[in-house]
Amino acid sequence: MKAKKGKVSVMTGNVVAANAARLCRPEVVACYPITPQSEVAESLSGFVADGQLDAEIVEVEGENSAMNVCRAASMAGARVFTATSSYGLVYMYDTVLETAGFRAPVVMVNVNRETPGIHAVSSGQQDMISTRDSGWVQIIVENNQEIVDQIIMSYRLAEDFDIQLPVMMNYDGYYLSYLAEAVEMPDQADVDAFLAPLKKQPQRPRIIPGASTGCGTHGMEMGYVEARYKHWVALERAKKKVDDIDKEFGEYFGRSYGGQIEEYRMNDADIAIVASGSAAGTAKTVVDAKRAEGIKVGLVKIRLFRPFPEERLIQALKGKKAIGVIDRSICFGWKYGPMCVELKAIAPSIGSVPILSYIDGLANLDITIPHIGRVVDEVNAAAKGKAYQDVTWIPME
Amino acid sequence: MVIKHKMIFKTESPWSDANQVMLKLDTGSWRTERPVLDKEKCNYCGLCALYCPPQCMKDMSDHYEVNLAFCKGCGICAKECPKQAYTMKPEGEFTHEG
Amino acid sequence: MKEIRIHGRGGQGAVLAARMLASAFVAEGKYVASFPMYGFERRGAPVVAFTRVDDKPIREKTQIYNPDCLIVIDPGLLTLPTLFTGLQPGGAFILNSPRKLPKKPNENLKIGGVVNATGIAVQEIGRDIPNTCLLGAFAAATGWLKLESILACLPDYLSGDMLQRNLKSAERGYREVEVVKW
Repeated sequence: MKAKKGKVSVMTGNVVAANAARLCRPEVVACYPITPQSEVAESLSGFVADGQLDAEIVEVEGENSAMNVCRAASMAGARVFTATSSYGLVYMYDTVLETAGFRAPVVMVNVNRETPGIHAVSSGQQDMISTRDSGWVQIIVENNQEIVDQIIMSYRLAEDFDIQLPVMMNYDGYYLSYLAEAVEMPDQADVDAFLAPLKKQPQRPRIIPGASTGCGTHGMEMGYVEARYKHWVALERAKKKVDDIDKEFGEYFGRSYGGQIEEYRMNDADIAIVASGSAAGTAKTVVDAKRAEGIKVGLVKIRLFRPFPEERLIQALKGKKAIGVIDRSICFGWKYGPMCVELKAIAPSIGSVPILSYIDGLANLDITIPHIGRVVDEVNAAAKGKAYQDVTWIPME
Repeated sequence: MVIKHKMIFKTESPWSDANQVMLKLDTGSWRTERPVLDKEKCNYCGLCALYCPPQCMKDMSDHYEVNLAFCKGCGICAKECPKQAYTMKPEGEFTHEG
Repeated sequence: MKEIRIHGRGGQGAVLAARMLASAFVAEGKYVASFPMYGFERRGAPVVAFTRVDDKPIREKTQIYNPDCLIVIDPGLLTLPTLFTGLQPGGAFILNSPRKLPKKPNENLKIGGVVNATGIAVQEIGRDIPNTCLLGAFAAATGWLKLESILACLPDYLSGDMLQRNLKSAERGYREVEVVKW
């Protein structure tokens, strides 16, 4: 480990995210406040006002402008940062798509909150799910320390010359955004050193005043196809890059998260549960308790959601006798939760085993320890050949 | 799936009765202090009713009475009363413990 | 692991109290995870904050269903029917009230601490922000924290005149809380 020990203090997820972004030295920040992200925007303004962050803050009237500003600044070569949630994410939808299509390496924090459709000010992953096909890299974290570390890793990923993709880093509203935990904030010099390799890479194209170039035009026939194809291939490349960056981060800072997925007690597991976000933390407690009862269960925590970590999941889940997937969102039009639907796509490579879908944790109703315990029990029964429900809405039961 | 949840909405889409809980919040329960009127000082000028943000003052023909179901205890009535007839008292004094 | 549930209203410092509690426990070498739940962010809206303390890292991120201790910042919340739901046997109860507890509010309670935190806050701080006073009362009634730890972490959240006033409020909470053991 090369890094100095950072300062440990108690901070909430939002404040931690703002500090991590500050350490990465963004040059332009345009951020519109929305519950449960507001402290991110407030903290960043505070840092600039206090002289702790040398960035241009562009005050915008809404999230659509926030992303337009960030995208434009990024295309002019700046490192940018923004944050949003739910209604805000949806308000910037058109420019979110453009940011990805124009391959602007924007790093954005999305604090998970339920989407419009029925008004909610509460945690849920629906906002992330509703932008699955935006062409962004989407990563989900479990606790405050991971928020810090993943923001730093996100810049390494987004701005990598081989990748050039915007990264949306998700963490649960309320459960993490307002969670006060002890966090080690890395030293500025170490963050600079970790991001320094980007400077040695070729420079990506940028808008230069007076120069006759443009981006994102020529979307006709093969121009469109080629741009989409390159974008699609870059997303595929991002998978291994996530693993590589995580490994390098572990070597430098002493903390590693498994890259695309984290496998918890999966080695000798007979059955597996799949979860993401703060619920994965709760799930680890349940896995330990069930293991003590003699059930050989393991947890796969999905960190990289887009691109979908197909290969790593197949490796982790192959040979398991039954799998339970906990979704904190809904896949409209499918019987199963969104992550479960996607997991079923790799079923031929895992083996024809029961894959049980659970929808829980919507609108600040917890994914509790008893809920996860029930999931493990039912997956265990399914593995033994007992009849099972292929989808369960836990709060409706 | 056995659904044990008792449906809240009677319609397919989430329509609510504006006289019931989903749209009519009992904002009075948020109060930390309430206005208490000294009737002797009141001259029925109506300024408290005019200024009340949720418009929850009831006209009692010789004075105004606050509707405690909606009064949030903002204190504007007490501040605006030209006769200083209102005193803001902490809710704790009105809670019956045990 | 100990689980503490704090009940208050927006504007009374419930959220800040949960964070200060977290800082104080961390200063004593414990692991803490503390977060609030509320709907719309406005004054007067009910707020619940959940604080977990343990000697090892805390991974569960859920609300607290079986608290070991309840801290009630607003006496008006005593009428809440779900206030004591899930309280563990041998539980503690810290209440901001100008009156004494006439009887044991719940059969699972073992320790009760009542203090007129509103009164003390109004005297020391000039406003009804009873949170720091209640933290002092919590330390005294439960013994789970040293007063010094609370006082030492307040500068992370407050400064200048406000800090001094809140330090006094916390100290008075510690000294003036009436502790009942059932």
